[in-house]
Amino acid sequence: MTHTSPSTTPPPSAIQCRGLTFHWNPQAPAIHYPDITLPQGHHLFLRGPSGSGKSTLLGLICGLSPLQQGQLTLLGQDARQLSRGRFDRLRADQLGVIFQQFNLVPYLSPLANTLLPCRLSARRRLRTAPSARKEAEALLEALTIPPRHWHHPINELSVGQQQRVAAARALIGSPGLILADEPTSALDTDNRDRFIQILLNQANARQTSVLFVSHDEALAQHFPNQLTLGAPQ
Amino acid sequence: MNLRLALSLALASIWHRRGILALVTLTLTLSIVLLLGVQYLRTEVRQSFTSTISGTDLIVGARGGQLNLLLYSVFHLGNATNNIHWSTYEKLRQMDSVDWLVPLSLGDSYRGYRVVGTDSGFLKHYRHGNDRPLQLVSGDWFDDVFDVVLGANVAREFHHQLGEELVLAHGGGATSFLRHDQTPFRVSGILAPTGTPVDRAVYVSLEGLEAIHAGWESGVPRPGRTLSKDQARQLNLAPQAITAVLLGAERKVLTFRLQRQLNEYEDEPLTAILPGIALSELWRIMGQFERALLAITGFVVITSLVGLAAVLLTLQVHRQQEIAILRATGASPILIALLYVIECTALATLASLLAVLVGVALIAAAGPWLVDHYGLHLQLRPLDSSEWLMLAGVPLAAALVGLIPAVRAWWNSRRQHFGTTSTE
Repeated sequence: MTHTSPSTTPPPSAIQCRGLTFHWNPQAPAIHYPDITLPQGHHLFLRGPSGSGKSTLLGLICGLSPLQQGQLTLLGQDARQLSRGRFDRLRADQLGVIFQQFNLVPYLSPLANTLLPCRLSARRRLRTAPSARKEAEALLEALTIPPRHWHHPINELSVGQQQRVAAARALIGSPGLILADEPTSALDTDNRDRFIQILLNQANARQTSVLFVSHDEALAQHFPNQLTLGAPQ
Repeated sequence: MNLRLALSLALASIWHRRGILALVTLTLTLSIVLLLGVQYLRTEVRQSFTSTISGTDLIVGARGGQLNLLLYSVFHLGNATNNIHWSTYEKLRQMDSVDWLVPLSLGDSYRGYRVVGTDSGFLKHYRHGNDRPLQLVSGDWFDDVFDVVLGANVAREFHHQLGEELVLAHGGGATSFLRHDQTPFRVSGILAPTGTPVDRAVYVSLEGLEAIHAGWESGVPRPGRTLSKDQARQLNLAPQAITAVLLGAERKVLTFRLQRQLNEYEDEPLTAILPGIALSELWRIMGQFERALLAITGFVVITSLVGLAAVLLTLQVHRQQEIAILRATGASPILIALLYVIECTALATLASLLAVLVGVALIAAAGPWLVDHYGLHLQLRPLDSSEWLMLAGVPLAAALVGLIPAVRAWWNSRRQHFGTTSTE
């Protein structure tokens, strides 16, 4: 491992939640989430049918949806104590996000997209090695994006390449946690396995935890920790 | 707040959407050109108007209102209530405080344009604009009794050439039934355009006017009493009366004293006015119009800005994906809102710069043509403070207008959910 963790004390859990529930409006039924404890550096595979609240859970964890009930501790920080602004900063400093599709800012090049977190957060930039630019290039290379595409508009990239650029953006600056919401659903089988392999390898090298959401059972084999969300009640 | 990031994102986003944004920027540019152009022309035209006649210290006419005197003597509008006796003119010329006098005699017309009886002093002393003298584009100032010099508009409208003969009409108006058929005038010279009423008049000698009116003492030609040219030349053509006098003072500082002296002239009731002051007063009356015009063009700019905001609002629908990514990456709602304000302001700034360039190009291109055709000396000059204020006001107003999509984006991005398929 070439990257050191941010502190010398034993790292706190990436995610720890107790009794999380969420409902979209007072009339709608509440979604009850199982308690989760994900130690720093470990990965979790989260499966569940559509409508079981997978994306909502990711929204709660990254602070985009307000916490309603239950406890959530994210990388040692109590989510209840975090203001919206502090949560925005925590996301820039410590989180990486990969969506199902449309992951890239359309008017930025793949390289600029990869560097985006470093421009939003100075801490993130300081954790890059040897420099933000160099690490972005190394990541794009590791994720097999041909250098000729790095500075070109992203619409010249295939869907698989776009998802890999998104992975590079999530990984840059070694965040504590990456949230991946069905990032492989638009990829074919070969691409899918390669994507997960590279993502997990890079995450391991950085002590970064990955919370991987998918309904694709074939992917579960990559993850020792697994969790299933129930159907809506 | 990461201002540099916001700036570079906003500029990249503008470039990404340059197709549609170029159109709204063009609209905005044209409206700013209009606004600046009206303001620019306003000052230039006011300048040009208030120096319709310069270098003349006093205009003297029969007792009457000062605007009336200005209108009939300089603009050839309306009629004098009375004439000045030639003897008075002679006496004025004797006064020590008077440097020069130019007599003006009005009354006849040529196809709707006024005939001005004067002498060579008019060419010598009349100034307009920034002390510009009159110039002849061809021929010479009149020399003979039956010579006429044409103003630029008159020559252009009727395509008159040197040496052509014209017949003047008795009295004003475009169609006069009484014409001085027996005594046609020969065109001896044509004046260059000045952008003043000088362009819309013809100039003959006082003697010429006397000659064509011999036998017209009752106002109509008496049969058998009118004369041919040669007969007329034999007469004593000393004028009896004139309409007004342009006066140059010996010492400019004593102009006010001279004015009072003339207003209290004992032998004949006179009115003397300072042309500069009278012109400014006249402009103040007409100035309402230009202010209304400026207000209208101001509204045109506001309309374009609202159009810009509307386009940005429309584009917002297509930007949810990008906003979701930025939010998930840690961008604050304020940063998202800032993108819109910056985009709006940047486009308005670009439009303002383009407007200045277009304006400079237009003035440079149209300037010579305006001088040739209208005698309007429109020159490039640095923008004055009010024009700078207007120019700076546009991006400021754009920043305000940009708040509309910005606040909406801020509000929506606070309620941003996880994922790029959000339809909020």
